[in-house]
This record gives sequence, structure tokens and C-alpha cells, in this order.
Amino acid sequence: MPDPARRETRNRWLLLTPTLVVLLFAASGPLIIVLIYSFLTPGDYGGVVWKFSLDGWFNVLFNRDFFTDQVTFADAHLSIFWRSIKLSVLTTILTFIFGFPTAYFIATRPRAKRDLWMLLIMIPFWTNLLIRTFAVMELIRNEGTINTLLMRLGIIHEPIQMLFTEFAILLGMTYVYLPLMVLPIYASMERMDFNLVEAGYDLYATRWQVLRRVILPLVKPGVIAGSILVFVPSLGAYVTPRVLGGGTDLMIGNLIELQFGQGRNWPLGAALSLTLLVIVTVALLFYVRTAGEEDSHHG
Amino acid sequence: MIEIDRVRKEFGDGTDTFIALDDVSVTIRENEFFTLLGPSGCGKTTLLRVIAGFVDPTAGRVTLDGQDLLGLPPFRRPVNTVFQSYALFPHMTVAENIGFGLQMLNRPKAEVKQTVDEMLALVKMTQMAGRRTSEISGGQQQRVALARALAPRPKLLLLDEPLSALDYKLRKEMQLELKRLQAETGITFIFVTHDQEEALTMSDRIAVMNGGQIRQIGGPREIYDRPTDRFVADFIGETNFLAVEVLDFADEQARLRLPSGAEIAAHAPAEGIPRGAATLAIRPEHTSLCDPEGAALKGKLSDIVYFGTDTHYHVALDGDTRFVLREQNQPGGHEARAVGDTVGVRLAPGTGQVLRD
Ligand SMILES: Nc1ncnc2c1ncn2[C@@H]1O[C@H](COP(=O)(O)OP(=O)(O)OP(=O)(O)O)[C@@H](O)[C@H]1O
Ligand SMILES: [Mg+2]
Repeated sequence: MPDPARRETRNRWLLLTPTLVVLLFAASGPLIIVLIYSFLTPGDYGGVVWKFSLDGWFNVLFNRDFFTDQVTFADAHLSIFWRSIKLSVLTTILTFIFGFPTAYFIATRPRAKRDLWMLLIMIPFWTNLLIRTFAVMELIRNEGTINTLLMRLGIIHEPIQMLFTEFAILLGMTYVYLPLMVLPIYASMERMDFNLVEAGYDLYATRWQVLRRVILPLVKPGVIAGSILVFVPSLGAYVTPRVLGGGTDLMIGNLIELQFGQGRNWPLGAALSLTLLVIVTVALLFYVRTAGEEDSHHG
Repeated sequence: MIEIDRVRKEFGDGTDTFIALDDVSVTIRENEFFTLLGPSGCGKTTLLRVIAGFVDPTAGRVTLDGQDLLGLPPFRRPVNTVFQSYALFPHMTVAENIGFGLQMLNRPKAEVKQTVDEMLALVKMTQMAGRRTSEISGGQQQRVALARALAPRPKLLLLDEPLSALDYKLRKEMQLELKRLQAETGITFIFVTHDQEEALTMSDRIAVMNGGQIRQIGGPREIYDRPTDRFVADFIGETNFLAVEVLDFADEQARLRLPSGAEIAAHAPAEGIPRGAATLAIRPEHTSLCDPEGAALKGKLSDIVYFGTDTHYHVALDGDTRFVLREQNQPGGHEARAVGDTVGVRLAPGTGQVLRD
């Protein structure tokens, strides 16, 4: 007869198998391939040649002049990194500024109506990303809804250039990722005991103080989750900056795509992908650490 | 002194309104332990929330020491609440909870600390100051909630069934503690409960509510011995109701004729009672068994229930009215009567209160 303890162990491994397979093939596999590619030599027509090289990683940050061998910083890459981080942080902040009151509004509706409101928030999310992005484009282009309206009203005489600017990317990403901020904040807010809000008012806290001292600390897990859900895809965003930023205001996602496409420099593309991963990881560690610290500070 | 003047609250809109408070008027004195007592849904919480500022009344006025409260948001009213669910802030320690109100009032740090320490001592929670509120027991949470509401020294403290979540023993303990705290702080308490025993033992005065109305206001003894209507008599304690005929009324005394034909005197409301049909309310413990011969009421014993301290006798009166009476048990006494015996009921002089039908 088999030892029950051993059978227990075996069953546990069996149960874990699907998870392990997914982790191995879907997560680690591609990552390892990308890691290997980043240390190879680009092929002439894309792809890689199996010859070790550090050029991919070197080119993430530096340029070597073709003729003089002079090494300079890759300013273009640095400004793209900077723009990506800046726009992602701003997107996170904007989605929070719009998402928090939205979540609060929904969470304070009668229970029966809340699902309907959440549905309204989620509906755009079910539409294709490209379509939503083009909708934003239609709104803000020179002959678009906003400019036409403003000109008809006589408020402006020349259309305002909004499309193909960083503002356009920011607007598009904020719009696209808003539900990802609303959802987790709403989830923690719905669990929140609203008696605590009343207790706050009862104890002489003004509306602002109740928000700051009672509501925010209580829904903080939701805010953290929402920020991560918005920040991570923003940093790697590809469609939105491509459509709304035109060809000029690139973000990391576009830069990577360029290397695998026109640039025909897969190792650089791979190295850039991993750089993105590192930036995301460092940013998250930093964010979670500071958010957690403030928590223990209060406690 | 808090004056509540014809406060009315209707919930719902146009076609489908529900009257939660129906022109409630009451004046509560300085340093009084005032209790709102009534069945579930009678509007106790709604009245407290009107005073605290979480519900806008449809009509009426609420003033505290002459100051109109209704124009003020909750955080400007010198009124604090002990919530039924305690509503302690889970992200703060016990001490931080207690200091919250003073902090919001921008009191100097040293003062906040001193008051928090005093409050911790007052509710005997000094040892627990640094604990999270999730790490203390229900009774301790209750004390923290109390300390938190008392710390800013409100003029008025509202307590919404603060003891209902506690077990019997703790509840008795906290009842005494509440009385002590009220005496020590001199703050006016408005206390909500639907437990009549709690109301009777703790209150200076009680307002009995039903269906959004105050049915009677008075001291515990007055409410218990001299209920003014059938609801109050029925809600508080056990009561026997007898249909009687009023023959005469003078000086708060009425002459009545019982169904048996016997004539007795009973207490009646000061404003008088018209001749004719009325109801007589009699407390079970104000009566005793006696010989059926010549008794005002008589009937058959239908049930005898032993309760330790006393015994309840259920008597089926002639005419099929059920009557309960209660006798204290004597040491070593044994049951002299059996179910089925014909017994008489003796009404002590002055027993019973006549109620308008
Ligand atoms: N926001 C509201 N909307 C509609 N009806 C309400 C609202 N709040 C209270 N009510 C109704 O008003 C009535 C009185 O409620 P309230 O909470 O004051 O009762 P209560 O006396 O405190 O009862 P309990 O002893 O059960 O706490 C109830 O019938 C309740 O359903
Ligand atoms: Mg209530």
C-alpha cells in the first residue's frame, strides 16, 4: 500500500502541474528567449545570428559613431525613456484624480444601482483598444469634434493642435486605462464601512479631513492595485502613442517595435524589452515600499 | 438643554413616503441620562441621526443650549456619537482613535496626549493604548468607542444601542460603567435601547416611542407604574389588560366596575377619563392569589410556571380572559395549589392604571 503522506505529496504536485506549465512556457520561456536574443548579433534582414555580442545592451544607452568610433549617449532613447516614465506617471495620477471620485460616487449609490454604474464604466473596456483610440483621435484632431465646436462658438479662430502631441497620448491613455483604476478602488470602497465616514464627521473632521484621514487610508490597497494596473501597461503602451502621438512622440513600446520591424535589430529590441521590465520592477518596488512605509508610519 | 421641536422625517418621494418621525417634541435637560426606548423600526436611530446631523429632518427644529443645530454640518455640532457598530478606525491604534476628535479640533499636541491618557484611564484601557482596534475584544472596543466620543467633551453624547452586541454579564458591567462615566463627566446622554430593563435601570427619564411618535415621557417608575396608553403598558414589562367600565372619576382616581360586577378604585390619568368602557392595566406582581370567596376576580388556574425567584400563575378568568400573576417564592415553600383549582385574585389597594380605550 502506498504511503498516504507520499501520495498526498504526489497529488499536490499533480494539482500544481497546470500552474507550473503555464509559468514555464508562457512566462519564463519567452523571457529566457528574449534574454538570449539580447546577447546575440542582429541578422541582416532581421532575426539573429548566433554569435555572442554585447552591442544590443550597449546600444540601449549609448551610440558608437560609425566612422570615428566615438561613444555618446543615445539621447533619442533617453528622451523616449523619460517620456514614457513621465507620461505613465501622469496617466496614473490623472486616472486616480478622475477614477477616485468616480469610484466614490458609485460606491455611495444605492446597492441596486451600483452594478449598472460599474457596467457603464466597463462597457468601453469591452471595445477594441484601437477603436477607442481612434475615437479619441476623432475628438481631438484639427477637424475633429472639439476644434469644430470651439470654432463654431467663436472661442477660437484657428484649430488647436492637440493630435500628435504628448497631451494627446496622455489623454488617450487616461481614457483607455481609467476603468483599471476605478475597478480596484471601487472594490475596496464597497467593502469599506461607511459608518467610519460618519464617525469621522462626528469627530469634527471636515470633508477634506475625512477623505485624507479616513477614506484614503482605508481604500489604499485599492489605490495601490489601481496604480499598478494603470502604470505597468502605460509604460509599455504601444497602440495609443502610435495612433495619437503620430510618428514623433514615441514611447518605449514603439521603440521596441521599431527594432523588431524597420530597425532590424532584434538584440537591441530584446535588450530594450528587458530594460522596460527592469524599469517596471524598480518602479513597483519603489512604489510599494513607500506606500507600505507610510502605512507602518501611521500604525 | 436640548430642545427637539416637532421634528418630522419622511423617507421616500411623493407617492411613496414613509414617516419615520412623526412630529417628535421633547426637551432634554442638562446632565440628564435620557433614554429612547421602543421596538425595532420605531425611529430611534433616525432621531439620533437628526441630532447628530446625518439626517435632515423634513420639518422641525433642534436647538442645543439655544443654538440652532440643524443649520450646522455634523462636524460643527458639539455632539458626539457612540455608534452601534462602534465604527472604530481600523487603521489607527486605540490611542489614535481616542485622540482623533481632539486632533481634528486642532488642539495642541500636549493637550491631546493628556486627554487621551485621561480617557484611557477612565475606561481602564491604558494597557491597550498601542493596540490596533482589531486586536481587542468586543467589550474593550465598546469602551474605546465611548472614550473616543467623550474625549472632545461634547455637550451631548448620543449612544445608539451601545450595549446590544455584548453578552449578558459584560452588559451589566457596562451599564454600571456608563452610569459612572455620565456622573463623572456631567455630559448629557441620549441613550437608545430596545431593552426595557436596561432603560428602567439606567435612565433619569425615558421616552417610549412607537411608529415614529413619542408615546410617553417620564421617569422609570412613572413609565412602569403609570403608563398612559396601552402600547406603553404592553411594551414595558408584563401587563394584564381587563375591559372595565368607568363609573366615576375624581382626583386621579377612578371607580370602576369589573366584568364580574365587583367595584374597585384604580389610578387614572391626571387629565381624567370619560365614563364608559376603558381598559385597566394590572402588573402581575401587584396581585396575589387568594380565596375565591368574595374576591374581585376569580377563575381557574391554567398553568403554574416556576421561575426560581418567583412563580407565575396563569388564571383563566370567568369570561375567558387570561390573567397572569406573579408571587415571590418563600424559602422552603412548597406548591399548595394545583392546575385546575379555582382561585381568587387579590388586587392590592391602588393597583392598576386605567387607560383610555
Ligand atoms: N435611509 C432610509 N430610507 C428609507 N427608510 C429609512 C431610512 N432610514 C430608516 N428608514 C426607515 O425608518 C424607520 C425607522 O428606522 P430607525 O433606524 O430609526 O429605527 P430604529 O428605531 O433605530 O430601529 P432598530 O431598533 O431596529 O435600530 C424604519 O422603518 C426604517 O426602515
Ligand atoms: Mg436603530
